Amino acid sequence: MLNSKGKVVVGMSGGVDSSVTAYLLKEQGYEVIGMTMQIWQEDAPEDNDGGCCGLSAVDDARRVCQKLGIPHYVLNFRNDFKKNVIDYFIDEYEKGRTPNPCIACNRYVKWESMLHKALQIGADYIATGHYARVIHNEETDRYMLKFSKTMAKDQTYALYNLTQEQLKRTLMPLGDYTKDEIRAIAKEIGLAVATKPDSQEICFVSDNDYAGYIERETGKKPQKGKFVTKDGKVLGEHKGIIHYTIGQRKGLGLSYGKPLFVSKIDPDNNTVVVGDNADLFTNEVYANKINFMPFEKLEGKMKAQAKIRYSHAPQECEIEMVDEETLKCTFKEPQRAVTPGQALVIYDGDIVVGGGTIIK
Amino acid sequence: MNRIYLDHAATTPVKPEVLDAMMPYFTQSFGNPSSIYQVAQINKKAIDDARETIAKHLGANTNEIFFTSGGTEADNWAIKGIVEANKNKGNHIITTKIEHHAVLHTCEYLEKQGFEVTYLDVNEEGVIDLEVLKAAIKDTTILISIMYANNEVGTIMPIKEIGAIAKERGIAFHTDAVQAIGQVRIDVKEQNIDALSLSGHKIYGPKGIGVLYIRRGLRITNLIHGGAQERGRRAGTENVPAIVGIAKAMELAYTDFEVKNERIKGLRDKLMNGILETIPYSKLNGSITNRLVNNVNIGFEFVEGESLLLLLDMNGVAASSGSACTSGSLDPSHVLLALGLPHEKAHGSLRLTLGEGTTEQEVDYVLEKLPAIVQRMRDMSPLYEEFMKNNQ
Repeated sequence: MLNSKGKVVVGMSGGVDSSVTAYLLKEQGYEVIGMTMQIWQEDAPEDNDGGCCGLSAVDDARRVCQKLGIPHYVLNFRNDFKKNVIDYFIDEYEKGRTPNPCIACNRYVKWESMLHKALQIGADYIATGHYARVIHNEETDRYMLKFSKTMAKDQTYALYNLTQEQLKRTLMPLGDYTKDEIRAIAKEIGLAVATKPDSQEICFVSDNDYAGYIERETGKKPQKGKFVTKDGKVLGEHKGIIHYTIGQRKGLGLSYGKPLFVSKIDPDNNTVVVGDNADLFTNEVYANKINFMPFEKLEGKMKAQAKIRYSHAPQECEIEMVDEETLKCTFKEPQRAVTPGQALVIYDGDIVVGGGTIIK
Repeated sequence: MNRIYLDHAATTPVKPEVLDAMMPYFTQSFGNPSSIYQVAQINKKAIDDARETIAKHLGANTNEIFFTSGGTEADNWAIKGIVEANKNKGNHIITTKIEHHAVLHTCEYLEKQGFEVTYLDVNEEGVIDLEVLKAAIKDTTILISIMYANNEVGTIMPIKEIGAIAKERGIAFHTDAVQAIGQVRIDVKEQNIDALSLSGHKIYGPKGIGVLYIRRGLRITNLIHGGAQERGRRAGTENVPAIVGIAKAMELAYTDFEVKNERIKGLRDKLMNGILETIPYSKLNGSITNRLVNNVNIGFEFVEGESLLLLLDMNGVAASSGSACTSGSLDPSHVLLALGLPHEKAHGSLRLTLGEGTTEQEVDYVLEKLPAIVQRMRDMSPLYEEFMKNNQ
């Protein structure tokens, strides 16, 4: 196409953010193609409207593309999603960890399967409605993620493990806007989705009962086990380790004269260790499956900030590699409820340095 | 961009003559055919004439033709109606694994209602084995429903022989002829057919209209209940313009029948052979000889059908990887899987279906574009890279 800045496939969920993404890119002179990933599983309930990719997402996305006058395709990513997100999700819980399926979906489904499809059909880029910015350092020729204009809606946490090849092909126009500005644009251009609520966290678990979901998916009843103190004293019976996460207080069903919190999950012995709130604090966090953005490898120590969960504010820390695969992050202040399976994401000011999966 | 339409198995454009025939029945002759006054009688006559035309081209009597809302309703009515009316005799249905979903999903529904269904295998060309059919018949078998021609690979079933087997055993025989109409000549009496479904929009008629032929004397209950239209068999005010339209389309389908179909077959063969000759690792799905004249279905190794369709669309070519009704889901085709194709090959298949408007230039355009598109996709496929490495 003449005067086109290139061809871009926009992952369309039918929500406000991806809809305005498509609009903005079209305005900027890109040739825009809308693509909706069909990821819901065959036996999913039909009224599942939650999440970014439910059944109604396809209808909404199609209506938006019609309005914007761009082509829209629905493609099947069911197997990729099952393998990389759902199976991983279940597997992690069964190993006593607390997974983050959005990170897996971004890395393996959106930025691998969808990007591959996009390149196959001749696109130069993919774009999403994430509130983050992709920047390029000319000197090092490295691509990096940067905080969005507003910290309030920053979504870099779930994107820390994108590779250089992936970032090079990525456009995120919403990083320069606030959520309110995006809603205003949606309203101004008459998108019916302008008032749609933000999507919920785990799109394939409609009622938020993830333990029940795992039970239905695996057809296995979780194996009951013992609640123990760190000294090995048995306090009662738990419902199966998949029901618990580090730092949890509610729903333990234990009465002990003082509040008890889950401090450790031990899948080998099928026990859940409980203790005081004070037991939950630690300065040292270890992570593996490390990805860095500004550089390939980390040499020596580096002062930085880090988050141990999505809702966490970045905390001062120092990072170093203790072996080829493992990163050690020493926080200045002790952090509460470091949870294996969640991501440790490292920042240098407003730049994403990288991150990994918390192992302990 | 020039748009080339090669998905006539999905639907066809309404012919101008068909539209002309329909037009008076929207604004001028709008009366309800069931009313007594003169205005309505014109409409009653239009329906009667239409019924006569349809009957003539099927070798049926006019009182054996019933208008429905489409092929899907005709299939539903035939299958549900026949088993309901004959359930005192048994509960067993025989069909095939490659039926259209209008038949398959109806059968699956009936299984949940307590009926027993045998889904016959097909060979690699997509044909059932008549001996296997005979062996599948039980004392409780009350219906055999087998499609006339397959919508994805175009394979034609031995309808007359199946009809003879059913007749001999006193079992009702229904055939979904939606894809076959206009490409084969049908005679329901000679071919021992008890019930036959057809659809308007596959033969250059309007959407939302279909026909169920029901042999006189066949036991079948009603599907749609209400008024006494269609001699009390199918309720609902008649869709007069569409009924006129489907009859006109039927008449035109069998006008210059041989000449038209020979021309399409010639183009089809050029397209089919051209693709197979120029693109390596490609294979025809279905049968070379026993095939609808407009159907090409070819599998390309190391290619994802989904992306192939998108690239063709971007080059102005409308094609499909299977049945249009399922491409919302884009799962591997149940038909190709039944023909014995492994999942990855079923995924990498392309269906091109030609029509009366298809030109040689259009065929040439596809033959020019397709090899580069397939090669582009293979160049990005890790499986292809590995394959080439191992074969050097």
